[in-house]
Amino acid sequence: MSTLLEIERLRLRLETQPPAWLLRDVDLKVGAGQTVGLVGESGAGKTMISRTVLGFVPERGHIVSGRITFDGRDITYLPPTQRRHLLGRDIAYIPQNPMTALNPVERIEPQITDVLRMHLGLDKRTARTRALQLLDEVHLPNPDRVLRQHPHELSGGMRQRVLIAIAFACRPKLVIADEPTTALDVTVQKQILRLIRELQRQSDTAILFISHDMGVVAKLCDQVHVMHGGRILESSSADDLFARPRHDYTKALLAATPRFDRPGDSLQPVPAELTNRLHAETLSWDRSAG
Amino acid sequence: MSAIWPLLRRPRIAFGVFVAVALVIMALAAPIIAPHDPLAQDLRNPFAVPYWSGGSVDHLLGTDSLGRDLLSRTIYAARAALAVAFVAALFAGLLGTALGLAAGYYGGAADAAISRLVDIWMSFPSVLLCIVLAAVLGAGLHTVAIAIIIIDWTRFCRVVRAEVLVQKSQDYVASAITIGLDPARILVKEILPNVIPLLITLFTLEMGVAIVVEAILSFVGLSSSNVPTWGGIIQEGRLYVNQAWWVMAVPMICIILAVLGFNALGDGLRDALDPVKRT
Repeated sequence: MSTLLEIERLRLRLETQPPAWLLRDVDLKVGAGQTVGLVGESGAGKTMISRTVLGFVPERGHIVSGRITFDGRDITYLPPTQRRHLLGRDIAYIPQNPMTALNPVERIEPQITDVLRMHLGLDKRTARTRALQLLDEVHLPNPDRVLRQHPHELSGGMRQRVLIAIAFACRPKLVIADEPTTALDVTVQKQILRLIRELQRQSDTAILFISHDMGVVAKLCDQVHVMHGGRILESSSADDLFARPRHDYTKALLAATPRFDRPGDSLQPVPAELTNRLHAETLSWDRSAG
Repeated sequence: MSAIWPLLRRPRIAFGVFVAVALVIMALAAPIIAPHDPLAQDLRNPFAVPYWSGGSVDHLLGTDSLGRDLLSRTIYAARAALAVAFVAALFAGLLGTALGLAAGYYGGAADAAISRLVDIWMSFPSVLLCIVLAAVLGAGLHTVAIAIIIIDWTRFCRVVRAEVLVQKSQDYVASAITIGLDPARILVKEILPNVIPLLITLFTLEMGVAIVVEAILSFVGLSSSNVPTWGGIIQEGRLYVNQAWWVMAVPMICIILAVLGFNALGDGLRDALDPVKRT
């Protein structure tokens, strides 16, 4: 399997007083067509990785060293004008909160056709036909009507389907899904995950799946990276990670995940001693990085 | 269109729309409604008393010092008031919005330059500006309109800039970036439509402000003396207020009602169009 996205020893620092490291030597690989999970607590740096790949380095954030390669091309410092040709076409994004990610005053039609017309050069009518197909592919009933509706007329699940349709519109090579189900009802979550899976198989898209839900990651991903404090602590195949977790933090996370198959087990919080140790490691990393 | 009717159920909007529509009819249909030529003098019949104090039906509101029919003059003055207010609010809005969008969206040097310009502009005494303008352009309604545009574009600029800053950080803008839209299109296609409700509100409020400013500038004689204006009528009536108080009172009531109407409409629209207050 060829490597589609490769992040090598990426260091991202926020140039505040004192400076704060956001990503500490992150290494990550996504193969073509592969699903790679990124798990960790809030603030672990999961979203920061996805944003850096998309080119959204936070204000005063600075890539100190390291490299991001996409499809054989170094995109670490790609200027915005060139990045625009990549985003939406080769790299697409499914946002966390479907309630706010669509333009509230615009109908659904232009929100889907924009990306088709811009990247594929379709004319208005062809783009509309394609948009109808896409809505059908994400199993939205009555696509014709949806195109004429405004976002507030759709439910959260429907909006997320629209956003997924937009993400897969140009058959991208990579989709970054940033906790795409966190804002949704549990019942809808499952359908959305199944849908992402289905579209992925159809178009052979690689997915970088960001989540804090170990259960979801176990089901969906081939490869999993466990993050904490801007570092990747453990990377292994999904099967190995759950069967034979190596890092203590992974074990602790698994012990803190509710299991439907073992309802009797009590949930264990991450031990304070482990948190302290991770914190100490982070500090010593910071000292060595200067 | 169907979205407009529920708005009319709000009392403030209904009142504002009523006043605005009445003013527009008054202005457009002035030659039909007005019983007399507003400029025709009748020197044998000055200060005719209004109908309610025993005057004739011919001059319902009486006449002024030159025997001109006050009702006709008041009706015709709505033309100057509305025309100046509309043109001034429109162009102040266009200028202020363009600069506000640029400042809010592009930030950095553009924002610094525009914001400082607004600060300096607002600290400049506006009366002085008007006098200088009148000296350069001469008195006339166009001078009044230009004066209002030059003074009031800053209101639009500041509010639009702040709103663009809010909109810019919304998720839908991030979504637009992630599909590769270029910044200019994001500003025009994504952000501007979200600022439109605010612009409608601002425009309506500005109409009210412009009517007052027009009256003030006409009162001090900056507008044309050939065209009846509410400010002009008040200025003339001021001299005879002890003998004929109604000459001053009638245009004043018109100004108050017009401004009240536009302010009510603006406030009502602000509440109705604000998504936070709406839901």
